[in-house]
Amino acid sequence: MTAKPKNLTRDWGTQPANRIARLRRAATLFPGKEAPPEAIGRLLAAVIESGDRVCLEGNNQKQADFLAKALAALDPAVVHDLHMVQSVLALPEHLDIFERGIATKLDFSFSGPQGARLARLVGEGRIDIGSIHTYLELFARYFVDLTPRVALIVAEAADRAGNLYTGPNTEDTPAIVEATAFKSGIVVAQVNEVRDTLPRVDIPADWVDFFVHSPAPHYIEPLFTRDPAHISEIQVLMAMMVIKGIYAEYGVQRLNYGIGFDTAAVELLLPTYAADLGLRGKICKYWAINPHPTLIPAIESGFVESIHSFGSELGMEAYIAARPDVFFVGADGSMRSNRAFCQAAGHYACDLFIGSTLQIDLAGNSSTATLGRITGFGGAPNMGADARGRRHASPAWLKAGRESHPQDGGMPRGRKLVVQVVETYREHMEPAFVEKLDAWKLADTAHMPLPPVMIYGEDVTHVVTEEGIANLLACRDDDDREQAIRGVAGYTPVGLARDRRKVENLRDRGVIRRAEDLGIDKRRATRDLLAARSIKDLVRASGGLYDPPRRFRNW
Amino acid sequence: MKQSYHEASARKRLLGVLDPDSFVELLPPQARVTSPHLPALDLPVAFDDGVVVGAGALNGRRVLAASEEGEFMGGAVGEVHGAKLTGLLERAVAQKPDAVLLLLESGGVRLHEANAGLIAVSEIMRALLAARAAGVVVIALIGGTYGCFGGMGIVAKCCDVVIMSEEGRLGMSGPEVIETAHGVEEFDARDRALVWRTVGGKHRYLLGDADDLVEDDIAAFRAAAIRALDAARPPTLDNLLAEHAFLAQRLHLFGTCRDALDIWRALGLKTAESVALLDTAGFLEAAEKIRLRG
Amino acid sequence: MEKHQFEFHGGRVRAPKAAPALVGVASSGNLEVLIEPAKLNGACRIEISTAALGFGKIWEAVLRDFFERHQLSDVRISVNDVGATPAVVSLRLDQAVDEFTRPAS
Repeated sequence: MTAKPKNLTRDWGTQPANRIARLRRAATLFPGKEAPPEAIGRLLAAVIESGDRVCLEGNNQKQADFLAKALAALDPAVVHDLHMVQSVLALPEHLDIFERGIATKLDFSFSGPQGARLARLVGEGRIDIGSIHTYLELFARYFVDLTPRVALIVAEAADRAGNLYTGPNTEDTPAIVEATAFKSGIVVAQVNEVRDTLPRVDIPADWVDFFVHSPAPHYIEPLFTRDPAHISEIQVLMAMMVIKGIYAEYGVQRLNYGIGFDTAAVELLLPTYAADLGLRGKICKYWAINPHPTLIPAIESGFVESIHSFGSELGMEAYIAARPDVFFVGADGSMRSNRAFCQAAGHYACDLFIGSTLQIDLAGNSSTATLGRITGFGGAPNMGADARGRRHASPAWLKAGRESHPQDGGMPRGRKLVVQVVETYREHMEPAFVEKLDAWKLADTAHMPLPPVMIYGEDVTHVVTEEGIANLLACRDDDDREQAIRGVAGYTPVGLARDRRKVENLRDRGVIRRAEDLGIDKRRATRDLLAARSIKDLVRASGGLYDPPRRFRNW
Repeated sequence: MKQSYHEASARKRLLGVLDPDSFVELLPPQARVTSPHLPALDLPVAFDDGVVVGAGALNGRRVLAASEEGEFMGGAVGEVHGAKLTGLLERAVAQKPDAVLLLLESGGVRLHEANAGLIAVSEIMRALLAARAAGVVVIALIGGTYGCFGGMGIVAKCCDVVIMSEEGRLGMSGPEVIETAHGVEEFDARDRALVWRTVGGKHRYLLGDADDLVEDDIAAFRAAAIRALDAARPPTLDNLLAEHAFLAQRLHLFGTCRDALDIWRALGLKTAESVALLDTAGFLEAAEKIRLRG
Repeated sequence: MEKHQFEFHGGRVRAPKAAPALVGVASSGNLEVLIEPAKLNGACRIEISTAALGFGKIWEAVLRDFFERHQLSDVRISVNDVGATPAVVSLRLDQAVDEFTRPAS
């Protein structure tokens, strides 16, 4: 007789069994899936066990704030040693959880507003950081080795059965719920309202264990609204160079970027400057980007074919609903965003990424790290990187590839365009160009395995400043590259230390191109060139559909 | 194309409101009459101390004019700045032009200059009333980024005519000052919709504090200034008593309102909530029958 | 506040009109530039008053390039600066020259 396979002696269902035990504990609190708000603390204590990996939905924009408060209020004697996994640390409660001793370990992606406090808690040994990820990496690890035991998520509405409607800010929810629900985890959702019927179902009820009607609507941040009133003439000049020297040059049709005033200037120049150059229909047709208001004039003037989004933007709901040819809008009329898919789109389906940064070194490495703050990465490193796994071709990708791989009979390759646009000096005369990034010191003091570089120099193809464009693809060696960067670094110490003869030589070769080399008249670089110069202009451009948050109004 | 008054500099506004090539500046930048106080505090000066004054023409009529630059210290009135305005108004008493235009954009007294600034503002008021008493119409134009507050808010209300755009703001204490003094529960200065419906052009027009409301367009301000050239309201005793009666009645009607929206509803504006979103033409039409006239 | 004065010689361009010009405003991150004709034995004199301390070398580099671009002579330029970046400084200086040398209408 052959021996029984050893495996048959193992219990293969500990996770489902444990899940059932948690649900039984919760069942003693209230009937059904809808938790009374006042029972939320008891519910969390029933379904969370010490040592659990817990995903608290903290996104770039929407926040599971009611659940975050409830989690932070648990008794650390009962629930402790949690391992938090979450995209963004945005609310004070996200760190209270650690300060109160409920959680000890953290894997995350971005911590913008809480960066300084996070650095302090790490320094005090109160938080053990596993890794700092990009969004895509963190989502990926939810399906590999960081699968949540419990997910605390947020949606716009639930019906009685527990189906969820996320509204336009779908964001991370599908990725989190899928990873949790299909690995015997527990999903708890906070919702702004409970309705008999939902406009559409974003998350099916059988993936959701509990929902709670939060006493106040969840917090949501209009993170990507830029008031055109604050765009400077220098930004207009750089935007002209980007359009004429890069977008037109490469015929960039599919793009994604980090939203800031520099990029707002570019999009507000599309209906004016780019249209005058005859570029409508030739550039900027397909976008992976949030539906932010400074895009409205470009959309209305017919530049834009399609936009898929990571999240939504407050005030844009009615405008988006009225432009279903452009946005991804459900049958109910509201948009569905999806951070995971849009990040993938930004990495693989776009020909260009453009963004700004705080510091660039002589190799083109850029970083937004500052001492005393741990802010993480978000999505930029994935989108601002050549997608080496990409195989489909496009004219812009092929042209960039030809420039970076000399036609010497070797293997031809394509290449993503990765553009950094910065003024040589930031506010308060802080130089954007440095010999050595602050990221090195931060890595040292915060005991990081690597300096936190947002975009590596080897991925950057162009650096744009008010002094011109440095085309790093056309550089033949490291010295070319260093002098090309110095050559657009203006009056910063890095720029003043340039080899003037070499820089003139690079200019002759077209590696450095100044505004005048591009046929750009600097005197045209005024705010008059912007298609909208105020939030009110954007409202007008939208035909009254854009409804800006109060803090952006002056009426 | 429209030229935004809101966005333009003090000089650009003034040159755009007046007849082309008619402006002659008094104490121009090259005269370098700058603040004697700011260098003592190690602060930057401006060659015109933040106000442009001079003579020009409006629709062919002879005017004196001043324009405050909000970007320089919030348009605040220092000793030199104030003296330039006072001097201009005293010149009006002597020369009797067809009007004095004051393009106001100021947070009020320049606190760095303390008493000199305070005295300067009171001197401006006295000179302004003297000009009006001499039969010169004084017109205030308000549509700059920094609004018109503090002592200069009072100066504006001392004028014969006040012209505003929706973006313009007119008041005594500025929003931040109220919030600091009375707390965010009393007034949230970051709630811009609240700020504008409390001190913005539309509200001022409905309450009778502004006589004309125009688009944010330099040409629209110019047209309104031309319309105001013959709108003198001499500061007679009868006029003063009438104004006091008007203000007393306004206080009686709306003194208990907690929010501008309450006032708009009480005025009979059916769609009070949508006032903020109406364009200027639509708003003027809606306001025509119900607005107060001071 | 810090004061700097620079003089550049050998300029070939004389101002076509006598009227001074003022551009920009002395506000945070900005500057005002006053440009006027002056009998300076052919020199271009630039006087800076700035709120940003310790950037004399950068002013010199920016102004040297400015002089190379325009080659002005017998011109006095006065600047009130409130921490403008070199990009904004160069832009305002060029705008001032543009205004100054534009034929009177």
